[in-house]
Amino acid sequence: MIISIASGKGGTGKTTIATNLALSIGEVQVIDCDVEEPNANIFFNAEIKEREDVTVEIPEIDKEKCNYCGKCSEFCAYNALAVVPSNVLVFPELCHSCGGCAIVCPQNAITWMRKPVGKIEHGVTNGVDFYQGLLNVGEIQAIPVIKELKKKVVKEGNVIIDAPPGTSCPVIESINGSEYCILVTEPTPFGLHDLKLAIDVVRHLYIPFGVIINRDGVGDKKVEMFCQTEKIPILLKIPHSEEIANLYSIGIPFVKKLPEWHERFTELFKQIQEEGGT
Amino acid sequence: MNQLTIISGKGGTGKTSITAAFAYLAENAVLADCDVDAADLHLILNPAVKKTMGFHGLSIASIDKEKCIDCKKCYESCKFDAIDKDITFNKDACEGCGVCKYVCPEEAISMVDRDSGFAYISETRFGPMSHARLNTAEEASGKLVTVVRNNAKDIAEEKKKNLIIIDGPPGIGCPVISAITGVDLVLIITEPTLSAIHDLERILGVANHFNIPAVVGINKYTINKDNSRKIEQYCKEQGIDVVGKIPYNVVMTEAMVKGKSVIEFSDGDLANRITDMWSKVKRRLFG
Repeated sequence: MIISIASGKGGTGKTTIATNLALSIGEVQVIDCDVEEPNANIFFNAEIKEREDVTVEIPEIDKEKCNYCGKCSEFCAYNALAVVPSNVLVFPELCHSCGGCAIVCPQNAITWMRKPVGKIEHGVTNGVDFYQGLLNVGEIQAIPVIKELKKKVVKEGNVIIDAPPGTSCPVIESINGSEYCILVTEPTPFGLHDLKLAIDVVRHLYIPFGVIINRDGVGDKKVEMFCQTEKIPILLKIPHSEEIANLYSIGIPFVKKLPEWHERFTELFKQIQEEGGT
Repeated sequence: MNQLTIISGKGGTGKTSITAAFAYLAENAVLADCDVDAADLHLILNPAVKKTMGFHGLSIASIDKEKCIDCKKCYESCKFDAIDKDITFNKDACEGCGVCKYVCPEEAISMVDRDSGFAYISETRFGPMSHARLNTAEEASGKLVTVVRNNAKDIAEEKKKNLIIIDGPPGIGCPVISAITGVDLVLIITEPTLSAIHDLERILGVANHFNIPAVVGINKYTINKDNSRKIEQYCKEQGIDVVGKIPYNVVMTEAMVKGKSVIEFSDGDLANRITDMWSKVKRRLFG
């Protein structure tokens, strides 16, 4: 079963849930799709055994063939090419690798070169088959890295996907294809507002979902009331606790120190399997 | 006119709460919420919208099935898997490149504007605000960030404001880069957790990459004082000023619940420390 963990608002506890859930159920694949700021391995400490570059195709102009007609830059929807009297400038970070410029070039002057934009890393620890993606610093496009990363998903097994925050393309790419989505929120006005946005996204993708309220006890009761009114299952409430916050700050998954949570996460997994219908 | 962006790398470190406090403290600023994915600043500033503008991100392919001869050239040419073999379009995957339209021999495909969201210009109790709403599952949040920033600049010029305070998105990718390019200073809000420290290093890398001066503020520093010292040490080594340390205090959340900035809500230690951080940031901006 593929379960993704998402949130809308950042810093609500996605990685906390992903890592503690994984360690509680064991024999699971974990894919950290927050390629801009991947943090799951701070908690797993998996030794990275394999690394591969993620590359995208960007145009390379054959200056012998190019007659500077400007058709490529005119076509490019992303302003990634500019043609000046005797030169073509390529802005690789703007390129979406659509291939259009090469198709429209009447001189066949455009070929493709591969440019690295990120990395995929793999390691195994404590029964967790762990993958993470890393967008290179200064690069814009997280999507190609997430796409490559998701090819590692072994559908037959149990898979936990740690998604990035937000509601736009990187989130969609990460959670699309999941059989269940856990939305992690906190009981505050920001938490509630962004939870509603995240719900729009999972509904848009027709993914069954439930909510985990993290840091329960701070803020107000409006998230809970909202879930009750909307008949959205509250899967778990994790209390606001100094001990849990401290364990998080030093990179220790709290199930390791608080065994009662091990059981609760195992139960949670069973519940999701039932609700998700597998 | 100066521009300050508040970012963090890691989400949930307190960017928006601190932006709202700065909005209160700054006397002559325009506020811009550039976290267009999950915008929250309006929950504190309670803006009265004066002007709404539709936002069209990348265009999207639309097919006239009457004209289609099922040659599959569009399917074969699409690099985004946005067209299935039976020539149905997946709206979410389309990046608006126009290749399908170009290769279609029957002119059955057109590129149309997609309604991707709205940009707003508003008034708040702390001054004018530029903000936006990205529709569910839309792309081009970087482009919308640019729209929000351009609107903020227009207001600043019109109203003779000398500062734009930008609440940035989490992460290090497209929308973050759009929110920080060309600004005068970024304030990175971090917290003393290993995750946040890891993310701080990456976001500082981005700021360096684009040659943008950066300062750091440590929020919730009392959660782990050892880690706080590590952050200070790290910043010292990197030649980055730490402009403030804010203790964990439930007042921060209580203010949010009441829809108020921390400084309106409380005049205690927390408010003093944020005020002190603001004066350091102001000195960096205006000398």
